[in-house]
Amino acid sequence: MAVVDINGVVDNNQVRRSWPLFKRIIWHFKHYWQLWCMAIPAMVFIAVFAYIPMYGVQLAFREFVPALGLTGGKWVGFKYFKQFFSSPMFGSTMINTFKISLGTLVFGFIAPIILALLINQLGSQKVKGFVQTITYMPHFISTVVIVAMLNIFLTPQTGIIGRFFGSQSTLDEPNAIAPVYWLSEVWQHCGWNAIIYLAALSSVDVSLYEAARMDGAGRLQLIRYVDIPTIMPTCVILLIMNMGSVLNVGFEKVWLMQNAMNMPGSEVISTYTFKIGIQSFQFSYGTAIGLFNTVINFVFLIVANEISRRVSDTSIF
Amino acid sequence: MNNGTTKSPAVSAKRVADAVPWNKHVHQRRNASDWVADILIWALIILIVLVVLYPLWFVVIASISDQHLVSNGSVTVWPKGLTFAGYVRVFQDSRIWTGYRNTIIYSVLGTILNLVVTLPAAFALARVEWKPRRVILFLFTFTMYFAGGLVPNYLLYKQLGLLDNWLVFILPGAVSVWNLIIARSFFETSIPEDLHDAAQIDGLNYFGYFMKIVIPLSSAIIAVIGLYYFVGHWNDYFTGLIYIRESGLQPLQNVLRDILLANQTNQLGTGSGGQNALQNQQIADQIKYGVIMVSTLPLLVIYPFLQKYFDKGVMIGAVKG
Repeated sequence: MAVVDINGVVDNNQVRRSWPLFKRIIWHFKHYWQLWCMAIPAMVFIAVFAYIPMYGVQLAFREFVPALGLTGGKWVGFKYFKQFFSSPMFGSTMINTFKISLGTLVFGFIAPIILALLINQLGSQKVKGFVQTITYMPHFISTVVIVAMLNIFLTPQTGIIGRFFGSQSTLDEPNAIAPVYWLSEVWQHCGWNAIIYLAALSSVDVSLYEAARMDGAGRLQLIRYVDIPTIMPTCVILLIMNMGSVLNVGFEKVWLMQNAMNMPGSEVISTYTFKIGIQSFQFSYGTAIGLFNTVINFVFLIVANEISRRVSDTSIF
Repeated sequence: MNNGTTKSPAVSAKRVADAVPWNKHVHQRRNASDWVADILIWALIILIVLVVLYPLWFVVIASISDQHLVSNGSVTVWPKGLTFAGYVRVFQDSRIWTGYRNTIIYSVLGTILNLVVTLPAAFALARVEWKPRRVILFLFTFTMYFAGGLVPNYLLYKQLGLLDNWLVFILPGAVSVWNLIIARSFFETSIPEDLHDAAQIDGLNYFGYFMKIVIPLSSAIIAVIGLYYFVGHWNDYFTGLIYIRESGLQPLQNVLRDILLANQTNQLGTGSGGQNALQNQQIADQIKYGVIMVSTLPLLVIYPFLQKYFDKGVMIGAVKG
């Protein structure tokens, strides 16, 4: 294509639009085969490792027959969902899941905002950088190590926290699992999650500060009337995205925190799916529980997105 | 997918910092409430830094202190009764070295595959003139919110022969849609379109433009998503738990779990005759602190060097969520 002139290009597009379909397809691949080549590996991976399992969720509505794999077996409708809803585990896993995840959602949402507002108040770039470096650090520690640290620190009598909490480990206490989970999540990810708000805060129009100062605003008022409105859209977007995983309690962490004593408070949907679906080979039942979880998440995401679009005109789709 | 009203925070942090009224070179009168706010902010920041730092520092000092002093609470700020017994035992444990070796192999190969697959796809999806990109991007993003779930994954991997196969650490996670979106946004917003026009005039095709111009300009984003992927591989415990039975293939995290949480410190020499339970517990604790240090240190050491890229990476990902 030797056309450099913008008008020339536009004309060519219009000419092509009148071509027959198959000629247009040939033209498309002749021009874009390289882009296709670059995208296809990723497309293949997504197709195989995301879409085939998605196709496989129909197992939730079928009997599992080993020889027939993901899609074989007789159609049984909602049998396994009914089995889950009427099982004694349904109530407790739902409550535990909601307790752990809603607390994480609320604290994990508010804490980074506060931290970012605080860090943003620091005048010197050096101090800012130092505080950020320190607060990011725990984000890189693996779940296994975090839970091990919790275990060691909460050991009765000898642990640095446990020695203040009597003779029983906090981790053995079913009612304490959720708060321990929330707090350790905030400790680990607060600094990291604050980055995005700090980025948003760095785009504040400086004249706003000056104008507010002229009107006699103190520092707290600047935060209230300039900083917070600035990061509001970012907050809303992140809140919606987090809503989409409201039932996605991190499997690894809960699994690692579980022990025989705290089980009444720590059995969540994802760990139960693992026990049913993988450890005791009830594949269809496990798929059904997993699908139920996904659907609830999806509903939360859509609802949060709709509300936010109506209220604040911010949405992710 | 579009996201309503977020704007690119393009202003550099430095410029804002220089212009913020309370910075010292702008002389403005400060009233009493500003001083109160100042003190409050500093107190909170110091508190936060201590709360984050102290547990990490405690692991460091406890790993080289006499465990008797650690467990009776006299080790608080500096190590006491200096000993490296824990580290000696950790380094003698073959399980840790096997796990370490496996994790390094999985992390390095996995990250290379991640980048090789993600970057070209992100580039292709950033080309505005390529019409199919909207559909493809939608299909990719959809998988972030809707997935088949654990059991269908398990059965698929079983059919593909990935159970008890080291490839399970590398292939299924080859593309993280989140990282792909970050890279795509970077290509869209940070590489000037003029470069593409110039490249076309010079006769470069898409491959040439990508390899010779885009990649050399993208070191920041390659560092960021490379690190995300690498940390993901390094800290992965889930894959080993669910898809691997053979202990020779287990990565570091699964070995750590056995040592740290299931208390299987035996190979490390606890329980060898004649010692009482308290001593055993103390040796086990010493080993645990040492293991935490040995497994976590590599990441904590490399990350400050990459930190300057983080803000950019996270920001780009967020803007175009």
